[in-house]
Amino acid sequence: MSHDEFGTLSDQVLWICGVFYFIALLAHLAEWAAGRSVPVSAAVPAAGARSAAGGTDTITGARPPAAPERSERMDSFARVGLGATRVAVVFHLVSVVCRGLAADPIRVPWSNMYEFTLTGTLVVVVGYLVLFKKYQLGWLSPVVTGFALVVLMADALLLHQRVGTLTDALESPWLVIHVIAAIIATGAFTLGGMTSVLYLVKERWLEKQSSSTAAAAPGGYLSRVPALAQLDRFSYQVHAFAFPIWTFAALIAGPIWARQAWGRYWGWDPKEVWAFITWVVYAAYLHARATAGWKGRAAAVVAIIGLATLWFNFVGINFFFGSGSQHSYSK
Amino acid sequence: MAEQRPGAPEFGNDRDRAPEVAPLAPVAFLRWTWRQLTSMKTALILLFLLALGAVPGSVVPQDNVDSVAAGRWREAHSTLAPVYEKLGLFNVYGSAWFSAIYILLMISLVGCILPRTRVYFRAMRARPPRTPANLARLPEYRSFTVDQEPADVLARARERLSSYRTDGYEDSVSAERGYLREAGNLVFHLSVLIVLVGFATGSLFGYKGGVVVVTGGQFANVANQYDEFVPGKLFDPADLAPFALTVKDFHVDFSTDADEFGMASDFYADLEYQTAFDAPTRTARISVNHPVDVDGAQVYLIGHGYAPVVTVRDGKGEIAYSGPVIFLPQDTSFLSEGVIKVPEASPSQLGFGGLFFPTYGLIGGQPSTIYPGIDAVPGDPGADSLLSLFVYRGDLGLDSGIPQSVYSLDMSKLEQVKKADGKGGTKNLRLDLAKGATATLPDGLGTITFDGVSRFVKLQVSSNPGEKVALAGMILALTGLLGSLFIRPRRVWVRVRRQDGRTLVEVAGLHRSSGGDLSGEIDDLAAHLEDRTT
Ligand code: HEM
Repeated sequence: MSHDEFGTLSDQVLWICGVFYFIALLAHLAEWAAGRSVPVSAAVPAAGARSAAGGTDTITGARPPAAPERSERMDSFARVGLGATRVAVVFHLVSVVCRGLAADPIRVPWSNMYEFTLTGTLVVVVGYLVLFKKYQLGWLSPVVTGFALVVLMADALLLHQRVGTLTDALESPWLVIHVIAAIIATGAFTLGGMTSVLYLVKERWLEKQSSSTAAAAPGGYLSRVPALAQLDRFSYQVHAFAFPIWTFAALIAGPIWARQAWGRYWGWDPKEVWAFITWVVYAAYLHARATAGWKGRAAAVVAIIGLATLWFNFVGINFFFGSGSQHSYSK
Repeated sequence: MAEQRPGAPEFGNDRDRAPEVAPLAPVAFLRWTWRQLTSMKTALILLFLLALGAVPGSVVPQDNVDSVAAGRWREAHSTLAPVYEKLGLFNVYGSAWFSAIYILLMISLVGCILPRTRVYFRAMRARPPRTPANLARLPEYRSFTVDQEPADVLARARERLSSYRTDGYEDSVSAERGYLREAGNLVFHLSVLIVLVGFATGSLFGYKGGVVVVTGGQFANVANQYDEFVPGKLFDPADLAPFALTVKDFHVDFSTDADEFGMASDFYADLEYQTAFDAPTRTARISVNHPVDVDGAQVYLIGHGYAPVVTVRDGKGEIAYSGPVIFLPQDTSFLSEGVIKVPEASPSQLGFGGLFFPTYGLIGGQPSTIYPGIDAVPGDPGADSLLSLFVYRGDLGLDSGIPQSVYSLDMSKLEQVKKADGKGGTKNLRLDLAKGATATLPDGLGTITFDGVSRFVKLQVSSNPGEKVALAGMILALTGLLGSLFIRPRRVWVRVRRQDGRTLVEVAGLHRSSGGDLSGEIDDLAAHLEDRTT
């Protein structure tokens, strides 16, 4: 196959991949809709959840309440969703690989925003699938599949670019290392951020629940999202995984590459500034988790701010400061 | 680290428990201030301030990042600019207020590390804590009965916990491991300081300079040979490494592929350099991503362009100038702009200004460069190039004592040379010279010949004495961080008691970091002691 054919294949396969994410999303929505008619017998007590913010998460976290009951219909929808996600990931991977093969000479497919987004989304979904069993991530399914679908479509429609060759400055093994690490960290931070958002949503919901006298415990989505303490812990674990990788990408590999390419390892270029800001905010997140009174909600808020700075660096800097940044390759 | 949970680590400080209200006695007040400054909450707030403080530097152009953009911004915002100047917004990362944030953070950091290190060394040597009276209150707890003797159970437990530091008591075993987590945390925080030291060393004692050298030309590493030179605050120009280099050759490929037509690739320069007068001459090939290290300084290739070679003869027929002239590329087509100054010419000084087209052609009737290379005709570089110049006469203003750019003419005392337009009037004289062509200037001013095309490279020379320290610090920080995040400090206790002729075994565990989960280990241990094979 010629390079051009690989490029076309990459684009076509992405559409198929999108269709499967769509099926997966529908299946998971159906799963949760079906859940409404199933009572949540072991409803998560609001009291247990509140204690997460009080600093006793080791205790509540260790013995999660029994999983809410599920119906057979829910399970079969869940299986369909998971299956479709797996198929979508295979197509997604094929699309990424073809994109790399489409370039002449062959290269890693991370030289512009389109390609970065394509690969970053793949990391999010693969991360979710890898952790699915261990952490019982069924509650994250609609969020992840919906995210993958929306982001990929936006990527294909708004950011799509022809395959290009790299300029000399980008031809370095450090580009590969720096960008792989940045993409993995971004994918993981994104998973962590989703969890933090769910944490805040669920916390609001629990507060409403406990203040309203209507005792009806619906079997809806939020009642099946794990207890706050568990959300908090999962979020922490994902962030703890991502933070060192980000440290490596932004503060070690990046500077080494910059020194080779531009003769300075750190130059306060807007991209570098925002990579630094992201790092500091996530350091603050880890601190927040270790500070009494900041656990739980405050930490979740900090995590979301961190994710916002990360995405802003990726999207905002390129659009608003494009030419002012030496990193404008990724425009 | 104001931990309230049972068995919380004793590491860390009690600073968050400092009274909220400042005491009045001076010593107490100082202690209170120190405790506030070194509390975790203050660290958190300072981290946020640091992040927030870094933002303006990405929005307002910075003098030492892009001085041209900063200058343009100042011109465009004449009312705001002085205010911004006062606030240090054109140099955020060197400003007093930004420095204040990170210096406070570093003080807070030191105030945090020191007591924690002391506590840590004490804890390192400490024995595992006594078995708590009520194990059932711990987060992980299992109990079961077995037939073995209590002492046997305890012996098996100790054997199983051999990777722990253990202490045996009459009826129980206490075990602990994961001490290195705290060490990792301390190493990480200490390394932040090391990185800062490396960073500061570089910006105080380093330098960065840029210079344009024509192929065949020489450059000696002294401050006044640079086109631009940015020394660190404490840099002494006498410390410049005494090397000299010659740019022997420069190579570039411009793509002829339809997709990337004219994209430059594979460019490199061949250098010869000497680190001292009597040192052997060495050679190096430099290209993007591949600088050469000369005597502790790095020489980078950061740009390139054309230098048309011209010969100007004055009114008396004498050579007033001969050699390459640097024309700066204006865009990716390498259409280049430059000026030629000929102060030696008589009867009057001459100036030329105009454009160089590497490969000339018309696009839509417009004179254009149709290809950025000069090798469209193989073996005859510059065969299709064109040099298009306006001519000026008068005083170039070079004697005024005010330094002027070599890339522009000072028009104040120059007069543009005209020619008849054929309709009774005059128009500006424009010379369009192909390679080898000579044009005669009117009024006996002389002639100019376009001899050929040479090239120039833009080199950057920089030296950053702190970079190794910063890198080492960063790697150390990452190592410490990994330890701090992934080493799992934990305590395990086993207690035995005779009960109704059998042995009651209690197993309990405590994970001493937030987010840790010990259930798997405790299950394993319990299963082992119960002789269930899992
Ligand atoms: C440049 C400034 C700082 C950075 C980048 C930074 C970064 C970090 C990071 C990434 C962690 C997470 C490690 C973990 O979770 O085990 C951490 C933990 C910690 N930091 Fe800092 N820190 C800074 C300043 C400080 C200061 C000034 C203090 C003192 C008040 C401090 C006290 C602590 C403590 C006590 C922990 C342990 C938390 C735990 O037990 O999980 N840090 N820091």
